[in-house]
Amino acid sequence: MVATQETIDKVKEVSSTYKYGFVTDLEAEKAPLGLSEDIVKFISHKKKEPKWLLEWRLKAYKKWLSMEAPNWAMVDFPKINFQDIYYYSAPKAKPKLNSLDEVDPELLRTYEKLGIPIKEQEVLAGVAVDYVFDSVSVATTFREKLAKEGIIFCPISEAVQSHPDLVKKYIGSVIPISDNYYAALNSAVFTDGSFVYIPKGVKCPMELSTYFRINEQNSGQFERTLIIAEDNTYVSYLEGCTAPQRDENQLHAAVVELVAMNNAEIKYSTVQNWYPGDKDGRGGIYNFVTKRGNCLGKKSKISWTQVETGSAITWKYPSCVLKGDDSVGEFYSVAVANNAQQADTGTKMIHIGKNTKSTIISKGISAGKAQNTYRGQVQIQKNAKGSRNFTQCDSLLIGDKCGAHTVPYINQFTPHARVEHEATTSKISEDQLFYCLQRGLNTEQATSLIVNGFCKEVMKELPMEFAVEAQKLIGISLEGSVG
Amino acid sequence: MGNLNYLTNIGKKMSLLEIKNAKLKLDDKDILKGLSLSVNSGEVHAIMGPNGSGKSTLSYMLAGRDGYELESGEVFLEEQSLLDMEADERARSGLFLAFQYPVELPGVGGMSFLREAVNSRRKYLGEDELDHLAFVKEARKVASKMFVKDEMLKRAVNVGFSGGEKKRFEILQMAMLKPKVSILDETDSGLDVDALKIVSDGVNAQRNDENAIVVITHYQRLLDYIVPDFVHILSDGNIIKSGGPELALEVEKNGYAGLINAA
Ligand SMILES: Nc1ncnc2c1ncn2[C@@H]1O[C@H](COP(=O)(O)OP(=O)(O)OP(=O)(O)O)[C@@H](O)[C@H]1O
Ligand SMILES: [Mg+2]
Repeated sequence: MVATQETIDKVKEVSSTYKYGFVTDLEAEKAPLGLSEDIVKFISHKKKEPKWLLEWRLKAYKKWLSMEAPNWAMVDFPKINFQDIYYYSAPKAKPKLNSLDEVDPELLRTYEKLGIPIKEQEVLAGVAVDYVFDSVSVATTFREKLAKEGIIFCPISEAVQSHPDLVKKYIGSVIPISDNYYAALNSAVFTDGSFVYIPKGVKCPMELSTYFRINEQNSGQFERTLIIAEDNTYVSYLEGCTAPQRDENQLHAAVVELVAMNNAEIKYSTVQNWYPGDKDGRGGIYNFVTKRGNCLGKKSKISWTQVETGSAITWKYPSCVLKGDDSVGEFYSVAVANNAQQADTGTKMIHIGKNTKSTIISKGISAGKAQNTYRGQVQIQKNAKGSRNFTQCDSLLIGDKCGAHTVPYINQFTPHARVEHEATTSKISEDQLFYCLQRGLNTEQATSLIVNGFCKEVMKELPMEFAVEAQKLIGISLEGSVG
Repeated sequence: MGNLNYLTNIGKKMSLLEIKNAKLKLDDKDILKGLSLSVNSGEVHAIMGPNGSGKSTLSYMLAGRDGYELESGEVFLEEQSLLDMEADERARSGLFLAFQYPVELPGVGGMSFLREAVNSRRKYLGEDELDHLAFVKEARKVASKMFVKDEMLKRAVNVGFSGGEKKRFEILQMAMLKPKVSILDETDSGLDVDALKIVSDGVNAQRNDENAIVVITHYQRLLDYIVPDFVHILSDGNIIKSGGPELALEVEKNGYAGLINAA
């Protein structure tokens, strides 16, 4: 990627006015190490962004400088040196291997256990394929079909160019730049992500998956996604995949914003399997995500389903702001933490409109030395009469060195609402394991079966194929944790 | 066991389960105190004995439960030593235990549980695993014989089952797994009269010349339905007396005290 002379000049111009400015080499594939106003400008110019977006990023950067990293979560890690991170590198192709024989055998074994077809394995592992890869052609027909319905589904960097008004109107409308430390950081330096727009009255005819988001190679560590569903629409969006994801970047701070208008429904499903690090957590990914949906319209519905098995540290609270009367928010979560993993995850349900309803089902599984925390807030505001929340929080412990914590916050400002909270903690009992073994199942099969039984209410919310893979993934994530 | 040997064994009884001088401690307490028992193909043995005499302990020991390892002695299943085998391996080799207290598995559907169990055993035997459809068909067939409703197979294993339903489900699993040696630990307790008949019929239907069944019971009544070839009295960690079905009647009439004192 070569920057135009014009861009170079522009950046030189702005950066020279900055006190500690340096002259960035715009031909570079990578921005210099660290974060500064210059870097933010560099990213924006590399992406040929309009001025308003650059200004928005700079505002976020300034805000970020004035903020402190949050420390209330029950996670423990060395302080991150934000000057020791590269914030931009030109999208690069994955290293090309000649065949699957060159791929790390451990990775292949996992692919196999997950039942990923050979062709997909090759793509995931970055093997050069000389035949026309199925999913690419599938993706093309996919796009055509969506376009016919007027649905926009593309990388957000592309949407900035092709639909600037939509992006400008909604970006930061759900999660303002000042929302939290990592959201501010993401707003300043986000690299790419998805953009989805469902026009009035359209029910999206297929599941939208990041998998089919072609033209996009590496969203980077600061991903940004924006989904807008107009009146009377439906969309189901799948993020992530069950295949293990490795990345040289340790810090990932994504932002996802959803907007649902009258009678619109957004179903957002995630399977997260970032590299958790070795048994002691070394080298694992820190996943600090801000996800929120605004149910703006009457009878709108936003439903988050997540299966979190990866990352060394997960800090993530997909939330719903229920503004529209009769709107519905749902959160279904399975969080698995094994070995040295730490997960602090949960949700916020903010009831503003009348007769709003929310359901929270959280299943936390801890094994090894892992710590798993559910943190949930249910807020019923003054005018949210007739609103209801039901929360169920179950923890399953495998072994006795791990921990599970449930931290509910309930703020109810009207008596005309009902909030219910149930919590349980259980262990895989020795009786259960022995019973399964006595029927000929091995320890791993038995654990997987019992754990998947425990998560059933959440798994059934996932789209079918995703659920089958996620089930296997949970089994694999817990391998070696029993017996 | 060589091939020739096998030929000459046709029609003959073969040793399926052999326990030799088994000693076992729990929490430093002697529970099994040198117990021996031989069970051949085609036989049904009944074990009776007072509460706490070690009957369930014996069954856990055989099934290979953690913490129930022998202090000394030997155990063979089809002439193969069990002592170095894990519980799941023993099960796949054809040892089945119907639990005195079947365990609940929340969220685990009965059908998928059964299917994994059956396929593990089939794989061990070198048979093809059953696909979903074939399996469901087979399971329904067996279930209807046991008067187990399809609906029960869809529910989570043993969760919310009545006492009798749990026992029936145990025998259904036995029928699906076709074990060599089955140990039924008080499968009759908690059954009403009709259920007792159904479960007994289910067990009897599986009796053949190639397998063996050991029933642990407190009640002679069961033995009217499942007629044993041998009855053993287990007391204080040892078999103190063995005999035919008439021994059970004697227990029923005089209780254990007389037998124990005589031993
Ligand atoms: N973990 C243990 N530690 C110490 N003693 C144990 C343990 N488990 C069982 N026992 C003891 O072992 C003895 C045998 O128990 P077991 O359950 O085998 O008896 P049982 O013959 O099956 O009795 P029942 O007829 O009541 O079912 C009992 O005295 C019991 O208290
Ligand atoms: Mg007992």
